Amino acid sequence: MNSLPLDGIRVVAITNAWAGPYATQLLGDWGAEVIRIESIFRSTRYVARADESTLSRNRSQRIFSWPNMEPGERPFNRLARTNAHMRNKLAITLDMTKPEGIEIFHKLIKKSDVFIENNVPITMDKFGISWETLSQTNPALIMLRMPGYGLTGPYRDFRGLGSHMEAIAGHTLIRSYPDTEPGQQPDVFPADAAGGAAAVFATIMALMHRRKTGEGQLIEFATAENFMPLIGDFILDYTMNDRLWAQMGNTDRYMSPHNIYPCDGIDRWIAIACRNDKDWALLCNTMQRQDLIHDDRFNDSTNRYKNRDKLDTLITEWTKTKVDEKLMHELQAVGVPAGMLFDDQNSLEDPHLASRDFFQELTHAESGTHLYPGIQFKMQNTPNEIHRAPAMFGEHNEYVYKELLGYDDKEYARLEREGHIGNDFDPSVP
Amino acid sequence: MTTEMALEGVRVLDLTHHYSGPFCTKLLADYGADVIKVEKPGTGDPTRSIGPFLDDDPHPEKSGLFFHLNTNKRSITLNLKSEGGKRIFKDLVATADVVVESFRPHVMAGLGLGYDELKTIRPNLVMTSISSFGQTGPYAEFKATELIIYGMGGAMYNAGVPDREPVSYGIPTAVFQGGGAAAAGTMGALYGATFNDVGQHVDVSIMETLLGSVDRRIAALLSYEYSGEVGGRESMGGGFATGYFPCQDGYFVMAGSGNIMFPRLVKMMGDPEPLQDPAFLTPAGASDPDLRDLFEAVLIGWSMDHTKQEIIQLGEENGLICAAVNDMEGVFNDRHLNERGVFTDIDHPVMGSIRSLGRPFVMEQTPWKLRRPAPLIGQHNVEILKDLGHTSEAIVQFKQNGVI
Repeated sequence: MNSLPLDGIRVVAITNAWAGPYATQLLGDWGAEVIRIESIFRSTRYVARADESTLSRNRSQRIFSWPNMEPGERPFNRLARTNAHMRNKLAITLDMTKPEGIEIFHKLIKKSDVFIENNVPITMDKFGISWETLSQTNPALIMLRMPGYGLTGPYRDFRGLGSHMEAIAGHTLIRSYPDTEPGQQPDVFPADAAGGAAAVFATIMALMHRRKTGEGQLIEFATAENFMPLIGDFILDYTMNDRLWAQMGNTDRYMSPHNIYPCDGIDRWIAIACRNDKDWALLCNTMQRQDLIHDDRFNDSTNRYKNRDKLDTLITEWTKTKVDEKLMHELQAVGVPAGMLFDDQNSLEDPHLASRDFFQELTHAESGTHLYPGIQFKMQNTPNEIHRAPAMFGEHNEYVYKELLGYDDKEYARLEREGHIGNDFDPSVP
Repeated sequence: MTTEMALEGVRVLDLTHHYSGPFCTKLLADYGADVIKVEKPGTGDPTRSIGPFLDDDPHPEKSGLFFHLNTNKRSITLNLKSEGGKRIFKDLVATADVVVESFRPHVMAGLGLGYDELKTIRPNLVMTSISSFGQTGPYAEFKATELIIYGMGGAMYNAGVPDREPVSYGIPTAVFQGGGAAAAGTMGALYGATFNDVGQHVDVSIMETLLGSVDRRIAALLSYEYSGEVGGRESMGGGFATGYFPCQDGYFVMAGSGNIMFPRLVKMMGDPEPLQDPAFLTPAGASDPDLRDLFEAVLIGWSMDHTKQEIIQLGEENGLICAAVNDMEGVFNDRHLNERGVFTDIDHPVMGSIRSLGRPFVMEQTPWKLRRPAPLIGQHNVEILKDLGHTSEAIVQFKQNGVI
């Protein structure tokens, strides 16, 4: 069996929310030993206890759920939102607010290849963590810092969520419903997903450079800036033509029809996009409305775009009695781009994803046996799978402190007493 | 200290078109790889016929999209259906580390250029195949556009406000996202090929990159698996002081709810009397529509007297999380983005000097560099073919025979 690409690479991580954990998850998928540092005095798992406030948050946010909706004794080991990004990782606890915590952190950095963090820079400043200090401990280190806005500039220490980064980058005002004011925006977070993947791209490039030269380096990765190329065509339309796009909803600048249409059932939809006149003719044939192909209102994409309200009404009349999945297959069979809108259940039950082993069954000590999504890339010559179930809080303290850092039982017990090592949060954490 | 680029010495053959594939290879090119873009003789990459066009003039060398996606690449035209074109391509494969392609599944194998053939030429080759749904499975041959893939793989079903239809990202964000993920996958494989001697075929399904990215989508899938509850559309979570709000010169976005943030927000606005009601901090108050209306009236009364920049500065000083909602004009005038050096002017032989984006991230030792703008169709035919040892006469013949 071939070894995984990053076998032998050790990654230390102090990460939050989505983008950082995504980056380390991909590195873990490809064989890196990822050690996530957490603290018993602050939860970066969104939850510490199964009390009433936790349960009420659970009721208001869908991704705040537990197996069988039971938070259990240690809800932080059972939360879907956290376990979704804990696979193929080790988890330890360390209190970085104490001087000895920083000392231990440097010991770990000395034995590692990569350090990744996605915090507002001032958080790392408080711990005295910078390229200057870490490169003294380990000159060959690759340090990837991914704050929202970068390590310099007026917004340096502004905290930001994905929605804030997108707003600054110009995405917010081109998406969403065309007929509502921008204040009514749904929440989407492509900046986080784009950030995690590109951070991995950057890290592996730096690892390649290090293999050639022995040099480590700092990578300054501002998640908001990394997102901007994803809307490059809107940016170029502005710089070339002074054009400002307003919210486009589900319309496209160059294709029509291009929308989602209601199907039979409650909240069922199909997306249909005609790339050209040929797709349009195929759609008309399928609708048995050949009369529309050359109708003056719809005979080319410009006219179809101009008359899109009428066009959407006509298509809706036809789709609303159809079953979404059957209609998707019917349209795809003749070559019209069409896809039903997948809800969570559709994805879990989808034959295509199943045939590609997108979900993998795993047993987790505190969450039971479940299907986990999903290794994203099929790699033909290396085993690409979830080789470790989601890491539980403090699960790998023994391995890291004793085997890796050489602490003996007595010192381990002392670090436990002093609040570094644990597998539950301190009672002071709400 | 070196100033070598990270991927100097890595050669990539780029058989991609439209959005995802070219974005993947752009990232490789922007950090130093020698990316040779193989285009169809005559029309070239279909991206050349997709707008926006400079001055709205449709022209194969004036597409802003092509300009954006192909920086730092070289272009050769090759007819891959001709024997001569295949031979040249295989000779290039012998010199390459990576092939990235985005044809429909089976097209490469049908041309006799599938992974199994190419690895006999270059055993450690990394071949990345980017497609909408992957190389295998019942949807492998499905036709798709951004909207279709996002609807099937993305968070679209859950994106939107309750009681309304689902609504897309700004199109084509999702396929760009897939291209970025493909670049990460390609690098993972290239590292293994370079140092472990394991060549690789990487099968990237854009649908799966959307489903499997760590964001709300993957968390929602696991939530359903854990609890059996299907999610619908949720408005922006976290209470009514979290969301997008109008102000004097546009909109700002703010996270200001909860027992810690909300009092800070009240203080920032100068402790307005109506917001002193302790009910605002109770769980019931957080979902009370009357309190929401009262709150919005007070907030908007205050925010309409302030600019975005004033509000985000005050927000920062008061420990709130705020950001300006920029339109493109705002993006290019943003004080932070300008100071950071996000923008760069790129000179193009047909389009002139165009203000565009520079580095997506900063690598201290191996920086991003603009070596050349997006290539003209077949701009590098002669130099690439001469490097392979072909004479000027042979190159003329290739042209006459429709090979290039």
